[in-house]
Amino acid sequence: MDNPDEGMEQPDFAGPILFYNEEVIEHFTNPRNVGELPEAETDGYGLVGDPSCGDQMKLWIQVREGRIEKIAFKSFGCPGAIATSSMLTELARGKSIEEARRITDDDVVEALGGIPERKKHCSLLGVMALQAAIQDWESRTPENGGARP
Amino acid sequence: MIYLDHNATTPLDRRVFEIMTPYMTERWGNSSSPYRFGNQARIAMEKGRARVAECIGAETGEIVFCASGTEADNLAVRGAAAALRARGNHIVTTSVEHHAVLYTCRALEAEGYRVTYLPVDGDGLVRLEELEKSLTEETILVTVMHANNETGVLQPVGEIARIARERGIVFHSDAVQTAGKLPEKLCGTGADLLSFSAHKFYGPKGVGALYVRKGTPISPRITGGPHEHGLRAGTENVPGIVGLATALSLAVESAAAETERLAGMRDRFEIRVLETIPGSRVNGRGAPRVPNTSNLSFDAVDGESIVLGLDLGGICISTGSACSTGDPEPSHVLLAMGLSPKEAQGSVRVSLGRHTEEKELEAAVDALGRTVARLRAISSIQRPTAPSS
Repeated sequence: MDNPDEGMEQPDFAGPILFYNEEVIEHFTNPRNVGELPEAETDGYGLVGDPSCGDQMKLWIQVREGRIEKIAFKSFGCPGAIATSSMLTELARGKSIEEARRITDDDVVEALGGIPERKKHCSLLGVMALQAAIQDWESRTPENGGARP
Repeated sequence: MIYLDHNATTPLDRRVFEIMTPYMTERWGNSSSPYRFGNQARIAMEKGRARVAECIGAETGEIVFCASGTEADNLAVRGAAAALRARGNHIVTTSVEHHAVLYTCRALEAEGYRVTYLPVDGDGLVRLEELEKSLTEETILVTVMHANNETGVLQPVGEIARIARERGIVFHSDAVQTAGKLPEKLCGTGADLLSFSAHKFYGPKGVGALYVRKGTPISPRITGGPHEHGLRAGTENVPGIVGLATALSLAVESAAAETERLAGMRDRFEIRVLETIPGSRVNGRGAPRVPNTSNLSFDAVDGESIVLGLDLGGICISTGSACSTGDPEPSHVLLAMGLSPKEAQGSVRVSLGRHTEEKELEAAVDALGRTVARLRAISSIQRPTAPSS
């Protein structure tokens, strides 16, 4: 019979924490693209809240020639919200608007190598913020040309 | 590792482990068996019962052993409600109870009982006037926790017991967070029913007890053999019971000194947090509290992110009840105290214990400060300019 005690003398500090995998922990610890774009560099801005848990996210994009040139975010929420926000910005950076529009919450979860079931809804927050920022960009540039004069 | 989550569970005392072991390895008889080998286990169990009774100021026959604090709560609330069904159908509790009582009351509502959930004030205290107003001819049971598991706030259970007694209403108190933590004997509260759990006071997991004052109407929830005065069927967990009794008497022995030591450390910890971390507050600070518990709120950050941030540095704290980990709802306790959902979401619980040292708390303050600052740099929520306290 296997000894259930084996290797458990010390907590497994290298292992998953709070049910998150290492990639999620990495993005929580070192989130990418954190911050705000100054007004002069902002072509689109999105603010969304998750009413189910109180999480909130702000996202800024700069669009050049139909591509997301710069992206920045700020998030209030659990580790899942912070990590998925960070990964979403990584997936969207450098993409064309059309490509960015097609990013789904599943893409974000997959890129992170999975997230606990109860945290899946977190990954929708970033996607929604990106969609809101793209919509804002469209309304600012009705001709959808992207680049500012 | 720095462990600051003693309200979730505590390490098994080595002395307790030593005393329990023979009842698993050599004296493993069934305490109900008619021969001497079984009797050996029964004697150990009854000695344990007498010891527990002495620790809390009860009579030996008033202690019922079971498998957890949650089970003790269920036996008390469901058992008294069922036994008193002919007399009335109204139960009074509070909005800040542990889920073991809160969800049991909700289940009883579905069975046709009427339940009043008393509000609490900003410090988490039940108002006695509100309690008195809520009582009717139909009220059969009042159940109010002794200390809250998230905030440590102590309810005025002595007063509540007096009010209930005057009206002939049974009073239960969930004492899971006070048993072994306070120098006063638990029965001094005057409650008719008191629940507690061994693993909260350095005993083993999987064993709890219910004090049932002689003459209190109660019917069993688990039926079968005649174990535990017919109130809880099932072969008794003799090593667990021996462990619970030993752990409780050790905890009670040192409770006076521990209370003083922990209250001093906890208060210094809170002052350091308030002084060094802007936008922080202590919940329930204006109420009497058990000496080991501190519930903190930080503006503009999420509690689970703080917990994970500290875990990465080897420090264990929690967002509230261990049972709600993964629950996206903010703490019902803090909401009942008037905190906004955002404030409640930014809360953590730090609970000290027998092995906690001052330098561990200093490290925890530093880690909290660093983690909160880092999360605020990421946070999309603007903090108010004037720091609250």
